[in-house]
Amino acid sequence: MNDLNDMFFQECDDLLEGLSSGLDDLENGSGDEETVNSMFRAVHSIKGGAGAFGLDQLVGFAHAMENVLDDVRAGRLTADENIVALLFTASDHLSDLVDAARNGSDVPQGQGASILSDLKLASGVTDGDPATEAAGAKEELPAFEPLTLTVDGALPELDELLSPAAPEVTVITFRATPQLYANGHDPALLFRGLEDLGNLTVEADLSSIVPLRDAPWSTPSPSWKIRIVPDDSVDEAAIRDVFEFVDGLCELEISAETAPPDNAVAALVDGAPEAEGPSPSAGPGQGVLTVVDPAAGTRKTQAARSSTIRVDLQRVDRLINLVGELVIAEAMLRQSMDELPHSANGRVDEAMNQFKQLSGAIQESVMAIRAQPVRSLFQRMSRIVRETSREAGKSARLVTIGDATEVDKTVTERLVEPLTHMIRNAIDHGLEVPEKRRAAGKDERGTVTLEAAHRSGRVVITLRDDGAGIDRARVRQIAEEKGMIRLEDDLTDPDIDNLLFRPGFSTASEVSNLSGRGVGMDVVRNEIQALGGRVSLQSEPGNGTSVTISLPLTLAVLEGMLVRVADQSLIVPTLPLREMLQPGQARIHTLCDGDRVLALDNELVPITDLGAALGYRDGAGCIEQQSLLLIEGDSGRRSALTVDAIAEQREVVIKGLEQNYQSIPGIAAATILGDGKIALIVDTDQMIALPVKSGAADRPAPNVTGDAFHA
Amino acid sequence: MTRILAIDDSRTMRSMLQSALADAGFDVDLAEDGVDGLEKFESTDPDLIITDINMPRLDGFGFIEGVRRGRHVSAVPILVLTTETGAQLKQRARDAGATGWIVKPFDEDKLISIIQRLVA
Amino acid sequence: MHDNDMDTKSTRRVEIVCFTVEEQDFCIEISHVLEIRGWTSTTTLPHAPEFVVGMMNLRGTVLPVVDLSLRLGFGKTEPGERHVIIIAQIDEKVVGFLVDGVSDIITVDEAEMQVAPDVSSARTQAFLRGVHSVDDKLVRAIDVREVLPQAARPDA
Repeated sequence: MNDLNDMFFQECDDLLEGLSSGLDDLENGSGDEETVNSMFRAVHSIKGGAGAFGLDQLVGFAHAMENVLDDVRAGRLTADENIVALLFTASDHLSDLVDAARNGSDVPQGQGASILSDLKLASGVTDGDPATEAAGAKEELPAFEPLTLTVDGALPELDELLSPAAPEVTVITFRATPQLYANGHDPALLFRGLEDLGNLTVEADLSSIVPLRDAPWSTPSPSWKIRIVPDDSVDEAAIRDVFEFVDGLCELEISAETAPPDNAVAALVDGAPEAEGPSPSAGPGQGVLTVVDPAAGTRKTQAARSSTIRVDLQRVDRLINLVGELVIAEAMLRQSMDELPHSANGRVDEAMNQFKQLSGAIQESVMAIRAQPVRSLFQRMSRIVRETSREAGKSARLVTIGDATEVDKTVTERLVEPLTHMIRNAIDHGLEVPEKRRAAGKDERGTVTLEAAHRSGRVVITLRDDGAGIDRARVRQIAEEKGMIRLEDDLTDPDIDNLLFRPGFSTASEVSNLSGRGVGMDVVRNEIQALGGRVSLQSEPGNGTSVTISLPLTLAVLEGMLVRVADQSLIVPTLPLREMLQPGQARIHTLCDGDRVLALDNELVPITDLGAALGYRDGAGCIEQQSLLLIEGDSGRRSALTVDAIAEQREVVIKGLEQNYQSIPGIAAATILGDGKIALIVDTDQMIALPVKSGAADRPAPNVTGDAFHA
Repeated sequence: MTRILAIDDSRTMRSMLQSALADAGFDVDLAEDGVDGLEKFESTDPDLIITDINMPRLDGFGFIEGVRRGRHVSAVPILVLTTETGAQLKQRARDAGATGWIVKPFDEDKLISIIQRLVA
Repeated sequence: MHDNDMDTKSTRRVEIVCFTVEEQDFCIEISHVLEIRGWTSTTTLPHAPEFVVGMMNLRGTVLPVVDLSLRLGFGKTEPGERHVIIIAQIDEKVVGFLVDGVSDIITVDEAEMQVAPDVSSARTQAFLRGVHSVDDKLVRAIDVREVLPQAARPDA
């Protein structure tokens, strides 16, 4: 049952996504009849499943929503702005109810009450309307046919009524219409159903049967007279129940036989053998219609549909890990072969190349399994836009571009929080109130655009608003008040914009209920960086702000430069790498306190000795024998890292350090090289953020046991 | 062995039908909408069909129409799955050619007993 | 497993892996031990406590190796061919313990574990759960969670 449960909630997710995209279509006018139909079906399926699991709250709400959609579908209701807005709100609540059901919690009744009554109002069902209430009630009750009791003469004495009724014979006259057979019924099976209720005899009245050769389809079929002595507790309703499905497809009379029992009935009461096993199947009706062409099965119109399977994510992750191992094993094999004396024959080489290509292709395909369109992520954001703009008293719409762009599933999941926060920021701080927008000659309704695209092997997600842009004077003022910068600091516009990413910065004059929840853009940046991504921000006064997130396609592989520092192999990611310089080519100045800087494009770039910064050695290496790697961070700040040697550029499989150990300052992760050795991957952003003085970030003063981490 | 074709666009509902019917010893084929249902109907030649009403591409009524009045006329018993119990729906189901109906959420025992009354 | 069947309140028989560090006998419960490997070179970690020798690659898994000698307050180990790494699973984490050598796997009665005698340094004391008397030797039972670097502990 648990599997079914899981399946139901997974299906709900899909259905809610479909519902949401249908609503989007309705809102922007691209919806058609089928849009509403599919929305109706989505809600209907949720209701159906919820009913099966006894989720009454969900059933009730889905039912009300379904009514509105049914009205829209039937044209009784126009999907105008108000209805669409109502449906949006309702679908949000529906999604809450599904979540609550999934977590086994109840949503407080009051929460959806106003939405529910809005829905009922929209579909013309009001709580107080007795007629419709009754109609609703009728729907819930099982079909009930009133019985008319005919009482002849005086009423019987009470004790007579209470005494066990003597076996009464009920006579049923039944005549099937042709439609009854066409609908797949078989009188024989109906009579068998009656057998469960008591002893019976069946007589066919063949008088209406005409010879078969003269019989067209519509000829009256035979009628039957059935006498039944019902078992105790079997009443007429139970008998009628047997005929429930054929109601309207037959002539049916049920009456109690009042005449003194004739022989047949007497025999019945005694359980006469001829009463057993009725054989009314001689009726000509059946069999005629069940002509099925045996060749029918050959007609096959195979619809071309892409079929999908659902796989446990853990299995995919295991596969990805194994493929990562395969790639490493391949590199190790390659390395061992390279170390062999150069007599190796060409066939081995050829096979190795094939192996490399295959493992590369497998890796790519496996990564593609985890790739998912960002659509569902974006759809979740439209809800955030609605809620935030309502709370902030602003009017905003969300435009999404490129929602078919595929991103690793883990990435989409981990983008929910940062994107949510960015959108709240955009609406809360970015968009102006409607009056101000009107005054500025803008549409009162602000637009937030969420765009995803693949760009040079990375996923770029941009959030743009058409608001007022960053108020740099205000930002600067706050930063000064908070002591983040000094009054005399000379800051460029990008410098000021980047202050927003500093921990503890909040521009909201009053603590707002929305974005000011104790998290700032610094949290967004941390989250994105944890995914191996970068965040940057552009703003134009009066025209709005855009925040750009750039992410690796997958989390598992990284392009890096293998370098040697203090006898250690390290990987420097190529993404922030701008240039590689030999000291001879570069102008290096030594400042008075020993710090060195690189003169480049009229700018002085601080030089950090990687070996010293990571604590591998105490002082900087001999710079004349080193190479310089110019790196640039998200903030646009640059830094030059000195390394002892540059080996090669390669793709590496990322191995987290946190799983078995902990995070290490200056190190992003680890990887395994071709020879099986571990190389650490440098966190370039942290290197850029380091104080200029190289060697300042030395290893913590080690005591005997090195318990610096016990702090 | 009695062979049943169950058609529903909901994965969950298909699974529930599948397990309820298989537990009762029926052979079960599944289809996810009316079009799929018609294909499976022709290829599996079921003894009884259970179909949902609201489905994409071809709904339950359309499916029944296809079975009853399509290229190959068949009087195979067809049960519709419905969440409603209103007389109007029953009338519509009968008019379309349905043999009977099962109200969702269904009780497994009741479902099985209804089926057993419709197949010889 | 038969041992468990005979459990009473007063006995809990456990298998322990005995090893030596600086010629002293220590042990951990076998349930923690995934495998025992010869010394392989590790990658030095920046900003790590000194007793963390570095990271090793165990068939694609990257895990830290702890120098138990240094951790327990003895001298720093200069690892070589004769040294052994005990791969242990502690809750969700996999860690290697660098020791001088593994001597035995024996079954002891947990209930008969005694408080460690005050012969070793205070630091050593803090990392011990107690001692088992095996023949005429004292085998010190290591508290595996305590010896991990603080931040790497599962509950940290």
